[in-house]
Amino acid sequence: MDKNYDVIVVGGGHNGLVNGAYLAKAGLKVLIVERRHLIGGAAITEELRPGFHFTSFSYALSLLRPDIVHELDLVRHGFMPILMPSSFAPMENGDYLLLGQDRDENIKEIMRHSPHDADAMDRYEHDMERVCQLVKPLLDTVPPNIFGGSPEDIQDTAELVKHLRGADQKVVHDLVRLLTGSAADFLDDYFESDILKGYIASSGIIGTKVGPMSQGSGMVLLYHSIGEHDGHFGAWSFHKGGNGGFTQVLARAAQAFGAEILLNAPVASVLTRNGEAVGVVLEDGTELTARTVVSALDPRRTFTQLVEPRELPGDLVENINRFRFQGTSAKVNFALDGAPRYPALGDRTDQYLGFINIGPSMEYLERAFDDAKYGWYSQRPYIDCAIQSFVDPDMAPPGKHVMSCFVQYAPYHLKGSDWDTERETFADTVQATFESFFPGFGDLVLQREVRTPLDIERTVGLTEGNIFAGEFFAPQMYFFRPAPGWSQYRTPIHGYYQCGSGTHPGGCVMGAPGKLASQQIIKDLRVREGLGS
Amino acid sequence: MIKTTPFHERLDQLNESQRWGHWSGYLSALKYGMSPKHEYFAVRNSAGFFDTSPLYKHRISGRDAERLLAGVMARDIRHCRPGRAQYTVWCDDRGFLLEDGVVFRHSESDFLLTAAEPNFGYLSDLAGGLDVTIEDVTDEFGMLAVQGPRSRTILAKLAPEVEKLSYFEHTDAKMGKAPVTISRTGYTGDLGYEVRVARDDALAVLDAVIEAGEGHGLRPFGEEALLMTRIEAGLVLINVEFSSSRYAYTDHDRITPKELGLGWMLKGIDADDRPFIGREAIRRELAERTSRWATVGLVVDWADYDRVYDQAGLIPPKDETPQEYDSMLYDDAGERIGYATSLMYSPMLQRHIALARVRPALAAAGTRVNLELTINHHYETVAAEVTRLPFFNPPRKMA
Repeated sequence: MDKNYDVIVVGGGHNGLVNGAYLAKAGLKVLIVERRHLIGGAAITEELRPGFHFTSFSYALSLLRPDIVHELDLVRHGFMPILMPSSFAPMENGDYLLLGQDRDENIKEIMRHSPHDADAMDRYEHDMERVCQLVKPLLDTVPPNIFGGSPEDIQDTAELVKHLRGADQKVVHDLVRLLTGSAADFLDDYFESDILKGYIASSGIIGTKVGPMSQGSGMVLLYHSIGEHDGHFGAWSFHKGGNGGFTQVLARAAQAFGAEILLNAPVASVLTRNGEAVGVVLEDGTELTARTVVSALDPRRTFTQLVEPRELPGDLVENINRFRFQGTSAKVNFALDGAPRYPALGDRTDQYLGFINIGPSMEYLERAFDDAKYGWYSQRPYIDCAIQSFVDPDMAPPGKHVMSCFVQYAPYHLKGSDWDTERETFADTVQATFESFFPGFGDLVLQREVRTPLDIERTVGLTEGNIFAGEFFAPQMYFFRPAPGWSQYRTPIHGYYQCGSGTHPGGCVMGAPGKLASQQIIKDLRVREGLGS
Repeated sequence: MIKTTPFHERLDQLNESQRWGHWSGYLSALKYGMSPKHEYFAVRNSAGFFDTSPLYKHRISGRDAERLLAGVMARDIRHCRPGRAQYTVWCDDRGFLLEDGVVFRHSESDFLLTAAEPNFGYLSDLAGGLDVTIEDVTDEFGMLAVQGPRSRTILAKLAPEVEKLSYFEHTDAKMGKAPVTISRTGYTGDLGYEVRVARDDALAVLDAVIEAGEGHGLRPFGEEALLMTRIEAGLVLINVEFSSSRYAYTDHDRITPKELGLGWMLKGIDADDRPFIGREAIRRELAERTSRWATVGLVVDWADYDRVYDQAGLIPPKDETPQEYDSMLYDDAGERIGYATSLMYSPMLQRHIALARVRPALAAAGTRVNLELTINHHYETVAAEVTRLPFFNPPRKMA
């Protein structure tokens, strides 16, 4: 293979692939290097048992920016999101909340639990959509450098202020309440039913070390409502073939634009000369040269492992060292011999076509968080399950199933023990919790895959197993992500860029960091080397 | 009293939504669950089944059956061998479309025509002294469309013959004890089959198909999901893309096969001497290039669509429910140049798509047009591009 490229992207996760695809589309000679034997980072699907396809880590789509689907021509390469038609939330008393696509049916279902909440749902969704409408453009633009004094910085900041000033008073107020407050406070204004609040508040804790009553959970809730998958805010889907199916689509798109992909190629470090990136050196000593190097890894790896922190400004290194990762989620995935049975629904299985949310009240979620606060995993964890084989028959043999369980809380640092010791006991806790809602579940289990935060870190490379490549805390978002002054995808090293989920707008399979970084790189190259438009 | 199809008893049990429409005098499910979109995804991702029994079924048999059909149908039935089927149209003397349908050829002298409207009287009147019998066998059969990437796997468990069926071929087979005719046909633009079965055996066959589909994601789908798939497949629908010339009041409501995008059926009509109804008018239209319209696909510019709605302060609606009414098309000068007949947001393609009619000079793929929408109770236009049909054409459809 050739060893000279215009751009080398380090890391073949979804953002690395999106970034590489856009750069290749712009006519650059791009190489995407991936440490593992398969592309996709945390968005992979693996056949861990013949016929059973596991989504070991990331398992659903929602926040993917629609422009990426179009601009990278993903449909042509097999993009196929299978939208979820329902959400199922079991309750501890054996009852349940089952929401679907029909508004009137949903109102009736909510009224079983609380007539008061019947119209609250519509009001909540409308208010939330208006906040999403206001915030959405920020997902598609590079954050302004409010600390910069260049005419461009001043212009960018003015644009942001103009955008917010044009907004409705109530919408701005709701936005601030979400950004600074708790999911509990926000939801208490609308709902009274425990199951409804538990179901919605679950989106306020995903991937983050907060409980629904913690300040900051409002922002996580907003984040998980803003996906506009298939044109609908808050819609979620399973991609055909799991999220690994999706990253395969991205890889094909990138290759179709001319990008090359190199697997089994761990990068040891970025090569620099006189403060400029000039390539990378692989762990086997191979040197590959490029005038631009992009890190799709998380901020800690980008700034303290791929390059020498000594080459960076001290305040940046300080900020990166203090950047919170503290992964708190794990995955326990199952191969099942048949469909789980929910006693109140008899032999029905249509409740399994979307997410199954084990988080029956805010109190349940908050108590699960209590364990994590003091350094242990939840004894009654929150579980977000997805039995993808119910909508995608390619995931498991006929009559059998694969079930992905996202589990919280599972803090990276355990007090008085470690994950290698606790792995199976933890998984037993998860299985027992599931068993309490679905009696007989254990008899269906053919195989169990446990992915603790430590496993996530070891396998995927996400520091401390944080699924968003860095916590979703206000001081780590927007123009502070990953560090004040460095939110525009550049780094202090000339020609070295960042494009992972640790940059704005952040984690989830969104692709926006990869795309926005590519725009920045192309803009800089035009200035630097007169790249054709 | 509304009739029910031979599959109804079971379909009624499966129909959670109990949303039924009336189709040719039969109850027909609009959807089964609360989410027609999910039924649509079943067809594109695994498999679905649809009860197509209400179609009028004309048995046309006798020594002169081929002669009759060759003289009526625009597409040459003589090229259709026994064991094959043909999608075809028939026209009036002026070359305007009367209807479309599928002809299944069972033998030299035995045909079955399925169509949306009854044509028994029309065909009988044209038979004159020919040795041909035209019978209504609509009620004798149930017809079950099984469509989607898993349809072959599912049906092959019951009748291995389907493995070898090529596109638009049909075969006699047995499902359990029931004799059936299986054709590789459908209205979804995907890999798919239709199973024709005698009324009394229909439920048993349906149950067998449902059982064979277990674990393969097989679901029933209703008219709403079917209409989504047919637009992606670029398939026209009577009373949406065209009206029968027989019932039209003005020529605005009439259309020729060429204008409807079915010019491919007419290849070679100049060279052969087969007389059929409308031939002269069609030949003239082709020779003199007098077609008023071309039927094309439109892909709406997603960025422009979002921009127009965003500017209006609205969330851009992306609704997969087809809008089956005229939406006007303009050129950049504001001149009216055609209209879309069916418009929908395609979840497969992640864009709005439309079947449309434009002036023939604007039919080339890539031509930019402006599509009219109503936004905040005002007319607005968004950019769209002419594209070739079908929009969605997976290799598995014909492979």
